[in-house]
Amino acid sequence: MSSIGTGYDLSASQFSPDGRVFQVEYAVKAVENSGTIVGIRGKDGVVFGVEKLVLSKLYEYGANKRIIHIDNHIGMAVAGLIADARQIVSVARDEAANYRSTYGSPIPLKYLVDRVSGYIHAHTLYSAVRPFGCSVLLSSQGPDGPELHMIDPSGVSWGYHGCAIGKAKQAAKTEIEKLKMKDMTCEELVKEVAKIIYIVHDEVKDKNFELELSWIGEVTNGKHQCVPKEIAEAAEKYAKESLVEESSSEDED
Amino acid sequence: MAAMNVPGFQDQLWGNGPSPGAVYNFPGIQMVLKLLSKFHQQRELCKYPTTTGTSVLGIKFDGGVLMAADTLGSYGSLARFREVSRLTAVGNNTVVGGSGDYADFQYLKSVLEQKVIDDACLNDGHGYTPKSIYSWLTRVMYYRRTRFDPLWNQVVVGGVHNGESFLGCVDKIGIAFEAPTISTGFGAYLAQPILRDALEKNPSMPLDQARQVITRCLQVLFYRDARSLNKSKKHLHGVSRVISRVMKNVLVKWNRQVTQQTLETEDSVPAGQQC
Repeated sequence: MSSIGTGYDLSASQFSPDGRVFQVEYAVKAVENSGTIVGIRGKDGVVFGVEKLVLSKLYEYGANKRIIHIDNHIGMAVAGLIADARQIVSVARDEAANYRSTYGSPIPLKYLVDRVSGYIHAHTLYSAVRPFGCSVLLSSQGPDGPELHMIDPSGVSWGYHGCAIGKAKQAAKTEIEKLKMKDMTCEELVKEVAKIIYIVHDEVKDKNFELELSWIGEVTNGKHQCVPKEIAEAAEKYAKESLVEESSSEDED
Repeated sequence: MAAMNVPGFQDQLWGNGPSPGAVYNFPGIQMVLKLLSKFHQQRELCKYPTTTGTSVLGIKFDGGVLMAADTLGSYGSLARFREVSRLTAVGNNTVVGGSGDYADFQYLKSVLEQKVIDDACLNDGHGYTPKSIYSWLTRVMYYRRTRFDPLWNQVVVGGVHNGESFLGCVDKIGIAFEAPTISTGFGAYLAQPILRDALEKNPSMPLDQARQVITRCLQVLFYRDARSLNKSKKHLHGVSRVISRVMKNVLVKWNRQVTQQTLETEDSVPAGQQC
């Protein structure tokens, strides 16, 4: 970013001469400082995994969750500033409830993503507001099967088979690409998601983290749910064991 | 007044203005005031229900609650809609049944549905109980009657939470009570004595007996209440959740005299086999 500090980064409503909006790029930086989030869409559902960095041992376990319910059939995972994310969560919930009361049926994820990304995009247009310092992943199980979308701070959204955001997104994406997620079930994916989070976690820089896992799909009857304790623990165990195996095989080489 | 005779002197100090001590009337204010008062005072309120449902029945049995209502939506005396559900599950341990205005009941249903979703979104491990839903309904019904815009229903709430059965009722003016047997509408006269009698004879009746007595009440109601139907829905609450919904047709025989005895021997037949 050679043009930083040249006066074009003071407001989200101004372009730089080479056609960039710096405030939005800084917002993306805020997302890249957060713990890694992985979302994978399999053949029968979507699984989220979050590396929630715990900055102090004095914090209560399970506080400040990064996986949140939006509606019965929609889940969200957030990376970046948690306070900014809560505003997005509240807007998304309002939109979902509003659609339900108007049309009497659950909101299709495509519509919700449109509305939420429109809201996020609106915050990149005015000098009086700051763009959201967070990216969100949205999952749902609709009549046409599972869906996974990601919205970034610029308000752009895409549908994905697998995506990652946060600190180690590159490493996580490399790991996701190794999977044949289109043939995998939620049960299998939970293990892989847990494994990826453990692989990309940087133990030197960030000591403590909590693994948050959620899923939605046939296994949950189309409802977004936290992965049940036993299954989550089994997945975490599998992740830790495969890490140990990998490091020991590396030692042999 | 002497001043009046002085040439060029107007006796009105300020023409078209306020008289001393009075407030100036701005031009057009009367029109605005008129509109405002119309808006505030002359608003037409709903004074009667349109499409209505008749009785809802409920009884506590040993280990749960059984609720039943027929599926008729009457438009006055016209049997207008023959298959509307007047019982709805709220969360996984409560059922709400409504007699009276069906549109108002549908409104309550949609609000409750969103409430349950909002509550689930909190993900705090807590949920609504039959008692909390009942309490919320008492507030809503009383609030609406205080606004002189009541929801024209009698709402029955039943369910099981932590092994404890609950059965309560709220009406359109906010009167609320809990009881081991509840019947609304015409059922208050026709079914309630039967239910009370059965419960008195057997305070901890098994499910089978509760089902029998409810079926009999539905039958009596169909014979006597002209706004009822021989098709009904039952909600059964087991130890911790709503177990099943059964749709059944009440056995009816018009071609002979109905006596106490015949009623007792008759039972329900599966849907579709009407007599």
